[in-house]
Amino acid sequence: MAISYTFEQIASQVRRDILRMVTNAASGHPGGSMSSTDILTVLFFKEMNIVPEKWERNGKGSDMFFLSAGHISPVLYSILARRGYFPVSELSTFRAFGSRLQGHPSIERGLPGVNQAAGSLGQGLSVAIGAALGKKLNNDQNTVYVLIGDGESEEGQIWEAAASAVHHKADNIIAMTDWNKQQIDGTTEQVQSLGDLHAKWSAFGWETIVADGHDFSSIAEAFGKAKELKGNGKPIMILFRTEMGHGVDFMAGTCKWHGKNPSQEQCEQGLSQLKETLGDY
Amino acid sequence: MKQYINSGNKDTRSGFGAGLAELGRTNPKVVALCADLIGSLKMDEFAKEHPERFFQSGIAEANMIGVAAGLAISGYIPFAGTFANFATARVYDQIRQSVCYSKTNVKIAASHAGITLGEDGATHQTMEDIGLMRMLPEMVVINPCDYNQTKAATIAAAYHDGPVYLRFGRPGVPNFTPDNQPFEIGKAIKLNDGHHVTVIATGHLVWEAIKAAEILEDKGITVDLLNIHTIKPLDEKAVLQSVAKTHCVVCAEEHLIAGGLGEAVAGLLVRNNPVPMRFVAVDDKFGQSGKPAQLMEAYGLDAAHIVTAAQQLTSAK
Repeated sequence: MAISYTFEQIASQVRRDILRMVTNAASGHPGGSMSSTDILTVLFFKEMNIVPEKWERNGKGSDMFFLSAGHISPVLYSILARRGYFPVSELSTFRAFGSRLQGHPSIERGLPGVNQAAGSLGQGLSVAIGAALGKKLNNDQNTVYVLIGDGESEEGQIWEAAASAVHHKADNIIAMTDWNKQQIDGTTEQVQSLGDLHAKWSAFGWETIVADGHDFSSIAEAFGKAKELKGNGKPIMILFRTEMGHGVDFMAGTCKWHGKNPSQEQCEQGLSQLKETLGDY
Repeated sequence: MKQYINSGNKDTRSGFGAGLAELGRTNPKVVALCADLIGSLKMDEFAKEHPERFFQSGIAEANMIGVAAGLAISGYIPFAGTFANFATARVYDQIRQSVCYSKTNVKIAASHAGITLGEDGATHQTMEDIGLMRMLPEMVVINPCDYNQTKAATIAAAYHDGPVYLRFGRPGVPNFTPDNQPFEIGKAIKLNDGHHVTVIATGHLVWEAIKAAEILEDKGITVDLLNIHTIKPLDEKAVLQSVAKTHCVVCAEEHLIAGGLGEAVAGLLVRNNPVPMRFVAVDDKFGQSGKPAQLMEAYGLDAAHIVTAAQQLTSAK
């Protein structure tokens, strides 16, 4: 269905969903959700080999996606709903008691499209490696995608996983970093500088690509290149340069909106900058 | 008193290794991971026979648990092995989120548990692991008593759909349970019928409890003796039935009092049938270097301490 919409249109609607969800829930993480929106739009609406209505947790016969930075659940939920994994109307239950749309992704209530809980940071890359090795054992040629945050990359487990994927030649994994350079307490440089991320991933032995995470042709080109590199013995990392809060002027480029919901008035102001394209939930 | 014959001392970790090797040959879905301790965990045979299903994970336990969770999502049955301290305390949040909360079918294989790890000292001697694992929703906690039972427990763990914590040890201990025994998770094994005192033991303390029961019988005290190999879910019926008969209980385990089998039993009894109780376990302290038997004695984890505890209870009746 949504294939008939442009990436711009889908991303605009997803950002509207994000704003409305966190405003309605009076909590949640809009900043990183909005920096990742364009990447996940291209991934789910073009790149991935998936059949949402036939989704199974084990990912058999299809590509798999793991979100490691679980706090950006608003973008994941919107993308999944807009792609047809579950009804768009369910987005209104985000963070509500009894909802399948928990504050951070959970498998407890069986939300289609979510195959692993995330929230405590640094764990998803390891899980994705396990799933990728499982695909190899199953002779399944599909790809495992995983999205991590740049702030999340301060966790030691990310670098354990970085070494592990190379050691086990998990060349069917395409990891992505939402490199928005912001985290709760400030910029990543202020909080705990990440140094040269490209040099780090390359030094660990990953095929490392840098792309503009808000330019749809740059995103698609990066995925194209990543797919070409797949199967060559090395895991692949795409570092997407992004902007926290991208799409709404007063939210963009600051850590202030990492984990803060807008007021109703601020939400209206933000929505006025984002076209309603697919119809609000 | 029923007689139990020690067919020769064997380490429970070798029981795990034998069980894993058998699983390797019989269940193509079983995979194994190890954090640079293949020899210590006796995983060599599996690793040699099924290199494609074995993942050396290096000294990176957190990642190992995550990779195991991912393999489980893909439909495999991973056994992730390391020393008990590193299999629990070091990776608690990984087990909590990536395994238990995510309901991934991961088996945590934890060797060198307790004080009998010996000479390496307190950094490696976890006596908190049962408590840590018991607290996690979804987690099954198993602590078998000898080689044969550990082998059977390993195989049973593979056929349980869900996270399992399998705890075993380093030293050779009497191997007295039947070869190729059936192993039912959550089912206590009655080792002796008595009516003066209930003794509930797990792991290495089961053999000590048998020796204690023999000594007590000579003193005219009969012991209703339970081998609790599954601490969670606890066989509540077996415990309550026994205590209804004896009205007092000793719990024995190679663990801290805090969080252990004894506290699980105490919690059950206080809700159902409070009776006088004694704990043969370690009270709020770390271990130290030494020989396993020497440490068991020094920390009060042997037959003599079970006898004393039982006598205190029966004489107070």
